[in-house]
Amino acid sequence: MTGRHAAPVRWSGAARGLAGRIAAANPMTLAGATMIVAMTAFCFAGPLFYRTDLVHVNLLLGNRRPGAGHLLGTDADGVDVLGRLMRGGQLSLVVGMAAGLLGAVIGSLWGAVAGYLGGVADAVMMRVVDAVIAIPALVLLLLLTAIYPPSPAVLVLVIAATSWLGTARLVRGEALTLRSREYVQAVRMLGGGRARAIFLHIAPNALGTIAVSVSFQIADAILLLATLSYLGLGVQPPSSDWGDMIAGGVQYIYDGYWWEIYPAGLAIIVVVVAFNLVGDGLRDSFGSGQRRR
Amino acid sequence: MIAYLVRRIAQAAAALAGVSMIVFASFWLLPGGPRSAILGGPLSAGRLSALRRDYGLGRPVVVQYLSWLGQVLHGNLGFSYVRGQSVGSLLASSLPRTLALTLTATVIAAAVAIPAGLAQAARRDSLTDRVLRGLSYVGYGMPSFLLGSILILVFAVRLHIFGAEGPQAPGIAGVLTDWQDLTLPVLTLTVLTVALFARYVRSSALESLAQDYVRTARGAGADSRQVLTRHVLPNSLIPVLTLAGLSLPRILGGALVVESLFNIQGMGWQIWQAAQRHDFPVLLGFTLVIGAGTVAGSLLADLGYAIADPRVRYTRS
Repeated sequence: MTGRHAAPVRWSGAARGLAGRIAAANPMTLAGATMIVAMTAFCFAGPLFYRTDLVHVNLLLGNRRPGAGHLLGTDADGVDVLGRLMRGGQLSLVVGMAAGLLGAVIGSLWGAVAGYLGGVADAVMMRVVDAVIAIPALVLLLLLTAIYPPSPAVLVLVIAATSWLGTARLVRGEALTLRSREYVQAVRMLGGGRARAIFLHIAPNALGTIAVSVSFQIADAILLLATLSYLGLGVQPPSSDWGDMIAGGVQYIYDGYWWEIYPAGLAIIVVVVAFNLVGDGLRDSFGSGQRRR
Repeated sequence: MIAYLVRRIAQAAAALAGVSMIVFASFWLLPGGPRSAILGGPLSAGRLSALRRDYGLGRPVVVQYLSWLGQVLHGNLGFSYVRGQSVGSLLASSLPRTLALTLTATVIAAAVAIPAGLAQAARRDSLTDRVLRGLSYVGYGMPSFLLGSILILVFAVRLHIFGAEGPQAPGIAGVLTDWQDLTLPVLTLTVLTVALFARYVRSSALESLAQDYVRTARGAGADSRQVLTRHVLPNSLIPVLTLAGLSLPRILGGALVVESLFNIQGMGWQIWQAAQRHDFPVLLGFTLVIGAGTVAGSLLADLGYAIADPRVRYTRS
């Protein structure tokens, strides 16, 4: 991961470089990005064209097979599955992206500060990471959602709180090598403070690592959210997301109502695969040794 | 070697201490504080004194932490007033189920993922490689509960080959011999773990293939099969050992979902139930045990790595 930037960059340069690399991206990044745009359009623009009643329960219409009128059938409450897929997707995407981004920001700052400070501070900060990472994210999430009743905002916070650790380790490694570079030394020598060195010089140069992390973090966050909702500790009614839709379908699994499980499942897979593709593609473009865990 | 050992063990000890502090600190995040959150109902004198003993309430925080830690180290993980059972006895009844599920799945997953990853690396960008890579992407993006539901729909509901519920036998021997009910939960966890491992084995084998000793072996006349089995395999297995350690939290998270879907009363199922019933002694006690287990697991994996690969002992910091 060392020595791949010939010259140090500032934020504007880093952003331009990132945009350039995304534009000149390899097929994986493009395929992933296309899938993300398509799913976002489906969830947010879809309801404008496909109007359904997602509010009123009508048990007489419950568990209908896919057909005319209800392209993907109805769920147990008689609500249109396709309409619910779009509305639920909005929540899955927004909460997942927000949590993934927030987690990546927390992890990047933690890692940059630890790597830059070094010594005792670094050791203590990384032992904190070791300790939190030892508890499975899902277990920690169940504990947190049992303590704090989950609303979408709380879910963003708790998912971010359990998923910043991998990024922190990666960015710390990056910061360790960056802080000994001449330009960072020069900033310090010219009287620039630690914060200046970290935020204006180390962070933009670690942007590649961070961008790769963000995409993986979002993929994981969407999966975690779906899992939490499936377990009944995520999004609470009347809100609904893809995981929660599958949980509803699983109650009728013995009746074989596949349309209440497969569409939402497919949507989750497409989005998670898409973000993983973008992450892998970006990683290849940046040529870093960062690997998907 | 000894310096590395000491450093690595000290690190694990620090992580263990960290896990215990996180769990202990969580008591103070509980709604209404530890007392009302744990007991729920009215406080009788007996319960209150048991609570004081278990958590050292009412004394300075450091003393509380140390007395709680002392109780934990003596095997007292607290009492679940929701279940009317000690956390330790719940743990004893559920731990073997989770171990049986995760160990079986991990061993099968390694047996599948290692040859698959090697084959992919040996024929990089071939059709097999592309198909397997595509599959591992999907496997990685597939939520465990979805995969399990699909397997139930197909193999239990449609074809009636396997049971839709995990083994319900009380003893561990009964669980392991009930293959008809054990197949689907183990299969679910195995597929997810294969997706986790295969990509790692592939990239690790690709790295080994690019090493000088591979070129030397080829130059000395070894055919590609010999190169793969004698040189690439052992060298790419070593990092996989660390991977197994690092993947522990993820595999345990997967086991939690599989246990809840298939109604297997293992540790994950207990945690899930406890979260729904706000049974905090169980939640916190199990979190502590799982955290400690993960720390120990990755320590063992790293020590294995150091024994297998002498470079680690000298160069790792």
